[in-house]
Amino acid sequence: MAATHTLKAKHRRSALRTLAFLSPWLIGFAVFFAYPMISTVYFSFMHYDGFRPPTWSGTKNWTYVFEHYPFFWPALRNTLWLVVIMVTLRVLFGLGIGMLITKIKTGTGVFRTLFYLPYLAPPVAATMAFAFLLNPGTGPVNSILEKAGIPAPGWFNDPDWSKPALTLMFLWGVGDLMVIFMAALLDVPKEQYEAAELDGASAWQRFRFVTLPTISPIIMFAVVTGVIAAMQCYTQPLVAGKVASGVIQGAGTMFEPGYPEHSTLTLPQLVYNLGFQRFDYGSACVVALVLFALSMAFTALLMRRRGGLIQAGD
Amino acid sequence: MPTRIPEVVRKAAFALTASTALLIGTTACTGQSAAGPEDDASKETTLTFWHAWSAPNEVKAVKALVAGFEKAHPNIHVNVVGNMTDDKINQALRAGGTKAPDVISSFTTNNVGKFCSSGALVDLNPFFKKADIDPNTTFPKAMNEYTQYDLNRCAVPLLGDAYGLYYNKTAFAKAGITAPPKTWSEFEADAKKLTIPQGDTYKQLGFMPNYHGWETTTEHYMGQFSPTYFDRSGRSTIATDPGVTDAFTLQKKLVDDLGGFRKLEKFRSGLGDEWGPKHPFQTGQVAMQLDGEWRLGMALEAKPGFEIGVAPLPVADDQADQYGKGYITGTIAGIAATSKKQNAAWELVKYMTTDTAAVVAFSNAIHNVPSTLAALKSPDLKYDPRFKTFLDIAANPNSTTSPASINGGVYLTTIQQLGYDYESGKVTDLRAGLKKAAEQIDTDIAQAK
Repeated sequence: MAATHTLKAKHRRSALRTLAFLSPWLIGFAVFFAYPMISTVYFSFMHYDGFRPPTWSGTKNWTYVFEHYPFFWPALRNTLWLVVIMVTLRVLFGLGIGMLITKIKTGTGVFRTLFYLPYLAPPVAATMAFAFLLNPGTGPVNSILEKAGIPAPGWFNDPDWSKPALTLMFLWGVGDLMVIFMAALLDVPKEQYEAAELDGASAWQRFRFVTLPTISPIIMFAVVTGVIAAMQCYTQPLVAGKVASGVIQGAGTMFEPGYPEHSTLTLPQLVYNLGFQRFDYGSACVVALVLFALSMAFTALLMRRRGGLIQAGD
Repeated sequence: MPTRIPEVVRKAAFALTASTALLIGTTACTGQSAAGPEDDASKETTLTFWHAWSAPNEVKAVKALVAGFEKAHPNIHVNVVGNMTDDKINQALRAGGTKAPDVISSFTTNNVGKFCSSGALVDLNPFFKKADIDPNTTFPKAMNEYTQYDLNRCAVPLLGDAYGLYYNKTAFAKAGITAPPKTWSEFEADAKKLTIPQGDTYKQLGFMPNYHGWETTTEHYMGQFSPTYFDRSGRSTIATDPGVTDAFTLQKKLVDDLGGFRKLEKFRSGLGDEWGPKHPFQTGQVAMQLDGEWRLGMALEAKPGFEIGVAPLPVADDQADQYGKGYITGTIAGIAATSKKQNAAWELVKYMTTDTAAVVAFSNAIHNVPSTLAALKSPDLKYDPRFKTFLDIAANPNSTTSPASINGGVYLTTIQQLGYDYESGKVTDLRAGLKKAAEQIDTDIAQAK
């Protein structure tokens, strides 16, 4: 009897110790994930303007967002566009630059710095600089294109070109990926290249069968973090649209993000628009949940697709 | 090797998660104080006043205004906090707390409907009644209108903005135009005469009609057509109001006649900043400009090299007798519902918004239009003779504004969106576009209720 009691006390002590070690995570999880998550779900079913107490509204917010809110579907399409096109191009471009820099013999440091520096530019400043460079009327890019006899696009002022212009800007700031890829590429064992060369493998085959499998966990990391970043894309399209539209928010004027023709509208902008401009927290929560679900779905899909490429030791 | 999570850990985790869920129910409601103001305005107290002005001369003017108040009310001290955005004001009104403002002023009238309907700002009707001040005879009609929603007067006008027409007198003379246009037909003809092409762009554009242009917003244009926006039941009337159709039709015609949307947009994208010295009117690139009273000082400061003319905006041909009216908006002031010093706060609001000498002095310092009928007529007003045009527009009973709505200015952005789509050619059937926009406005309002 006494032995059982001692054993139970030992288990309790062990459990409490475990709990004590886990508590920072548990508190962090509860405060920064569980509470906001549950709140978001809760408020998505409530009518809440931030001033009056929330009232139950059932699925009204969901119906409103999906059926009546005119900006939801364009924003979703734009966000998906950025996720697919921009992330793909960024990964390819980052990898390409990383490979080039690892190959060159002299001036590596200079090129590395040149490609990394734009990444350090604050998003608002970088966007304003690009809005200036790509200004259809006075921008130097279009002046050069026009002089060369190439039709100059409207960039941020043209709905067909605004997302490519944004993508161009994100490619310019690809320094973070370049550094990660460079580290991964330099980590590929040279013996494998030598063995492949002895087997008569071409440059493409060396890349396909040696480089790619070795750096695939890094590519996966770049894609997953890129997808999440694209999902959260807020500042750059907002600033670009605002600068290009020329509409300044002042007395009697309002600026709805997405200029031109909703082409730079993203889901995070809707969360802000609904929550903090329209005071419709319920609908903002619906959009936030859609964003969360999409992020989870993309990440899950990518993690499944990697097909065990990332091993325990990676 | 993974092991089973100890029961006590699981229970603790559950308790934590459940308690956070319970917290939602208890902390989500901000709650409003139902009790009336009980503070004694004759006792020593300190108020916090948030405003949005930021330029050094403006901050100085606000300080002078508050100093005048403190002199008249030695027991009430005011802690002035400037450069506040509407986002910060909204947050503070929701949260309350010891550092939250008792009195706020905001540059936009778009949120008034939301502030009134939600109770974020207190209804000032009882205060006005107690002070024996009739807002209807104190403030210009349009300003009186945009500071209340559904008979709840939660805001007061604190200086106003009136929109008129700025024109390049030198360019007018060169084009052989002797007087500013009074009707839209005359305006259209003048805009064409004043447009000087240069290659595939313009040396001088008569007027920038694109809704994405400077101040050429839908509501500013539509003010000249006196639309109703809503019927008595609160439903949108934009699909049936002929003024709205006329405004859209005129704007589209101007866009088409002056070069087309793409060409105008390309020209617009190369123009200087609205608030900088390279504003296209100031540089002579655009000969006529729809703008507020503040532009006069800015334009004169830029030393444009031509003579600036100021006039009311034209009116529809069949409303020629209403020439002189304009669109009105402005800054508003209100008392936070969370304030525990509402009687003292009212003394500050009353002084800033209804004391003629204070309003006139503030107007002289800020160069905005005074917001009371008495101040508009005050001999103490100091201004450039051209500024008189805006004083007259503000006092004109036919001048209009966009009414407060329960969801703020959402209906205006819906109309603006239709404007973008119509001017660019994305929407070709205006009637159908207006019908759809009206339905959207009604849906958005239903969602906000």
